Amino acid sequence: MHWRRWLVPLSALPVLALLAWGLTRDAHTIPSPLPGKPAPDFALRTLSGDSLRLRDLTGQPVLVNFWASWCLACRGEHQVLVDAAQRYGPKGLRVIGVVYEDTRENARQWIAERGGDWPNVLDVGSHTAIQYGLFGVPETFFIARDGRIVYKQIGPLDPAAIDQWVPKLLASSAATGPNVPEQPFAQGKSEGYVRTSPDFPATRGTTKPN
Amino acid sequence: MNAWIGHIATLVALLVAGGGAAAAFFAGRTGDARYMQGARRAGVLVFVLVLIAFATMERALITHDFSVSYVAQVGSRTTPLFYTVISLWSALEGSILLWALILSAYTALLVRWSRRHYTEPNGDSQVPYALGTLLAVNVFFLLLISWPANPFRILSPAPLDGPGPNALLQNSPFMGVHPPLLYTGYVGMSVPFSLAIGALLAGRLGTDWPKRIRRWTMVPWTFLSLGILAGAWWSYEVLGWGGYWAWDPVENASFMPWLTATAFLHSVMVQERRGMLKMWTITLIVSTFLLTVLGTFLTRSGVLASVHAFTQSPIGPFFLVFLAIVLLGSLALLAWRSETLESEGRFDAVLSRETAFMINNLLFAAFAFVVLLGTMFPLIAEAVRGAKVSVGGPYFNELSVPIALLLVFLAGVGPALPWRKGSLELMRGKFRWPFVAALGVAVLLVVFGVRQPLALLTFALAVFAAGLLIEEFATPARARRRNTGESLPLALARVIGSNRRRYGGYIVHSGILVIAVGIAASATFRKEAEWTLRRGTAADIGRYRVQFDSVWAVKEPNRDGVIAATTITTAGQPFTKLYPRLNYYPTAIEPIGTPAVRESLREDLYLVLMAYTQDGQQATLKAIASPLVGWIWLGGGIVALGAILALWRSRAEAERQARAIDRGGEAVRHTAPVH
Repeated sequence: MHWRRWLVPLSALPVLALLAWGLTRDAHTIPSPLPGKPAPDFALRTLSGDSLRLRDLTGQPVLVNFWASWCLACRGEHQVLVDAAQRYGPKGLRVIGVVYEDTRENARQWIAERGGDWPNVLDVGSHTAIQYGLFGVPETFFIARDGRIVYKQIGPLDPAAIDQWVPKLLASSAATGPNVPEQPFAQGKSEGYVRTSPDFPATRGTTKPN
Repeated sequence: MNAWIGHIATLVALLVAGGGAAAAFFAGRTGDARYMQGARRAGVLVFVLVLIAFATMERALITHDFSVSYVAQVGSRTTPLFYTVISLWSALEGSILLWALILSAYTALLVRWSRRHYTEPNGDSQVPYALGTLLAVNVFFLLLISWPANPFRILSPAPLDGPGPNALLQNSPFMGVHPPLLYTGYVGMSVPFSLAIGALLAGRLGTDWPKRIRRWTMVPWTFLSLGILAGAWWSYEVLGWGGYWAWDPVENASFMPWLTATAFLHSVMVQERRGMLKMWTITLIVSTFLLTVLGTFLTRSGVLASVHAFTQSPIGPFFLVFLAIVLLGSLALLAWRSETLESEGRFDAVLSRETAFMINNLLFAAFAFVVLLGTMFPLIAEAVRGAKVSVGGPYFNELSVPIALLLVFLAGVGPALPWRKGSLELMRGKFRWPFVAALGVAVLLVVFGVRQPLALLTFALAVFAAGLLIEEFATPARARRRNTGESLPLALARVIGSNRRRYGGYIVHSGILVIAVGIAASATFRKEAEWTLRRGTAADIGRYRVQFDSVWAVKEPNRDGVIAATTITTAGQPFTKLYPRLNYYPTAIEPIGTPAVRESLREDLYLVLMAYTQDGQQATLKAIASPLVGWIWLGGGIVALGAILALWRSRAEAERQARAIDRGGEAVRHTAPVH
């Protein structure tokens, strides 16, 4: 037995290196094809019956928030949206609520109880939800002036996510065409990925008690 | 106030553990008994201090002291008392506090044990080194709760209320059972590891050292087995998918050390009897501890995604450094001592118990490797190809089922083979009627319509192994009856009593067979159906007719619930009533179900409320009928009984040991092998 017996301890080094590398990764980020791509367009009726088309808002930064009145987490999230609309609305941010798997009456009552003056559209048949690859509600898409999705939040919004991403939306340029860099928002770990909020099971479907 | 007491207690415990570890190592080097005395006092003091910290945290939780950061994280005024008490281990920091408590309790037990096994100053440095190693492990966990995972940070101003524990964790009383059992098993593996490191450092690697380690492994092994099963039962009872095992990284993390510890408990017998497999045996016990650390690292650092994983935490790098020290340190020690660990005995014959143990060990090691590879694969794949992949049930099932079937076979054949050299004649006699019984059962099952080859094979192998085990009990009992004229039950009891370790082991084996049958049957013959029913209508699954009666809402302080009432009949006769429910917690995005399960040894009927209409007229129910699931839990009970029997020292043994101590520490080596 000579130097060879020390090979076994040495063989542990690559394993440790792999684990150390793993620490720099976030296992909870799930690659999503959406960020960086143009947001799928939709034309839906609002709760008051008007027609709303996403493409008409090109040139303005938009938050598209999927929610439902039966969703408990949406209740806590609602105030964050109200605050965001108040703070960033005057600077040009638009908020659109998309009501998922719910009735017009329930949604109206919810807004009447909780406030919020942004338009809410009814996604009858969930076609828009499918186009956006919804995991469940709530889920929010941050769309830049050029109509590209910049960030996707799975689970309820928190003020930190708003403050991190909305200013970038507001600062984004409306230009389309060759001037737009491929990756306009390169900083931040969430670029090109979606980050699920803590303890949120991203893979299971939402059970709808309705 | 609570925060201060808890934090100071953990800080002092950290210092005491560090000092104690240093003193113990010094005592090991110099043989100075005074330092050993100091290390022992330190071990007990650490336990007392951690107990104070633990009790303080409980008090803070129960009195809703939200100025303590951890209470603000997991506490809530509306959570029922029982769940408030057990919420201590519902998040990262608290679970490490529980870990530290159990670890320090084991340390205090080792101190107590060392009183009997370290009598001569200068004579034996294994025990001081072992105590030093164990105290050093304490240092690591105390460091975690004093700094990066400190649950006693002070919040000012204190919040008025908290969110309560994670909704899933306040949905079932199993939360009070599974984590403490599992941790008692998991953390307990630190003791045999420390004793092995002590033996390596002391160079005390004669044939006797495994005997010291064996009992210290049996205890955590038993708790680990029960903890794993309790976790499976919990997942079965609450998660609503009717399954009990999903090869989730955290489940794997508890299963891998169980596999290597089980391998160790077997190979240690070969070493005791024949002085063989020494290097292998000590490697197994070191690996067991390493796997507990690795498993904890993988699931607590955010490296792998898992249902159980706690959120991103700063303890990852700490765990990695700890893992690196333990891994490199113990491998280097093993390499250094490898010459001392060469085998004394040799294999005499292919057909012998040694061979059975060898194959058993290879199978367990292969099993552990399969699970380790599958668990780590997402990380390896991402490092090599940059792609996110996950390894699902099919990989694990395909590879583990053949290994498990061979182990079932060996569970009966191993005990039937004699040491050194078996003869074909003898084997033919022993194997005859178990073989006939297995064949008979298989034919009978085919006649009754069972066509699934894997299930048939499992049942036949289990019957074969059970037959061999029964012979191991029956043959000596009959012989004893012939010789003494005692009645058969009395003779059986006397035979078992004469060698508890051996027969306890065989009872454990039969428990494992019962579990194997339960897993095979419930996985193969499970029926599942989902219906949307109107009030008063019914649907059939297997032999049951499920009628949906009504659905109503209840309001509880910490949650809202919706309960469905169902009436179950079989062949027109009333059978039972089941009330599956859905719970809505303010902190949970999705409702969390409480399935209603009618459990019996023959078959479980499992109902989940999936959805309902708000007018209460309709409900969607999922029903699962799976046979013999109960055998898995029953088998767990048998395993526990067998393990207790094997651990329970007979009076004769205790006296032998006491005499040995009177003659001085060295004599402990000569306690007769019991197996």
